[in-house]
Amino acid sequence: MMFRFDSLQDFLQMSGHGPYVWSAYVISIAVMLWLVISPLRRRRQLLAGVLRQQRREAMRQHQEESADDFVTENRK
Amino acid sequence: MWQWFHRLGSPRWFYQASGKWLPWLSGVAVLLLMIGIAWGLGFAPQDAKQGNSFRIIYIHVPASFLALAGYYVMALAGAVGLIWKMKLADMVMKSAAPIGAALTFIALVTGAVWGKPTWGTYWVWDARITSMLVLFFLYLGVIALQYSYSGQDAANKASAVLSLVGMVNIPIIYKSVDWWYTLHQPATIKLTEAPSMHPDMFHPLLVMILGFYCFYAVVLILNTRTEILYRERRTRWVQDMVGPAGESGQ
Repeated sequence: MMFRFDSLQDFLQMSGHGPYVWSAYVISIAVMLWLVISPLRRRRQLLAGVLRQQRREAMRQHQEESADDFVTENRK
Repeated sequence: MWQWFHRLGSPRWFYQASGKWLPWLSGVAVLLLMIGIAWGLGFAPQDAKQGNSFRIIYIHVPASFLALAGYYVMALAGAVGLIWKMKLADMVMKSAAPIGAALTFIALVTGAVWGKPTWGTYWVWDARITSMLVLFFLYLGVIALQYSYSGQDAANKASAVLSLVGMVNIPIIYKSVDWWYTLHQPATIKLTEAPSMHPDMFHPLLVMILGFYCFYAVVLILNTRTEILYRERRTRWVQDMVGPAGESGQ
């Protein structure tokens, strides 16, 4: 097995078919990268959303508790 | 046997198990694709008639294979979800649709780019090409149906029915090059015959096809895992995984 082109220039031009071959490869690889990145990005957003929700609930719980404390304090 | 079936149907089990498969599968996919691309672009001989434009085959054929195989996956998952009400199957069906659409898009675009130097035109209404375009629209239809119902169950049912009806198109795609003798060349590889290609050209193609299969598995798992998280985001196990107990969110 050997490299079929004499130079980098030759490899890029592919005897005139370069633009076709390279654009086909570049477009395909871009689409494939998008296929990997988009579920990962959606996943990150989802997990961040769940975490935000949890923090909000914890905060509310905390506030309710301190409000209860305040009421009992004043009743004394 | 049934226990196994039920366990496989559990989104939580799948999420945890697939997390262990992913690194291996991704490694194999990247390795195969890198070897295949380098081999196909630089080391395979050029075609006697088509010259270097022939190198597009190393993307075009594997992408077309997976565009079709992905349709089987989607329709099969839809059927399983419809018959056994398996939640995981519905999620797989939904996840398979955008991947299939993207692969069909790659097949169509690389075919068009290859067509220009070979046939002198980007597009013809050839039987094979037209039936692939129909496949693309079927995938888009399933994606659209997923978003056009407010209830998840109705959306699942409608998408599953559309993907099963769309199965009609699959044998048409396969047979189109034999039934209508138009521009598209007949299949390069058939399971029942020896390949009509020289081994030096065929081996890198084989590597690319294997690489695309692994790649497909990886992105299907990634999409399904995200879909599981979305649909189960209020359940205990997801809450525990994200919360203080497991901050990392494995």
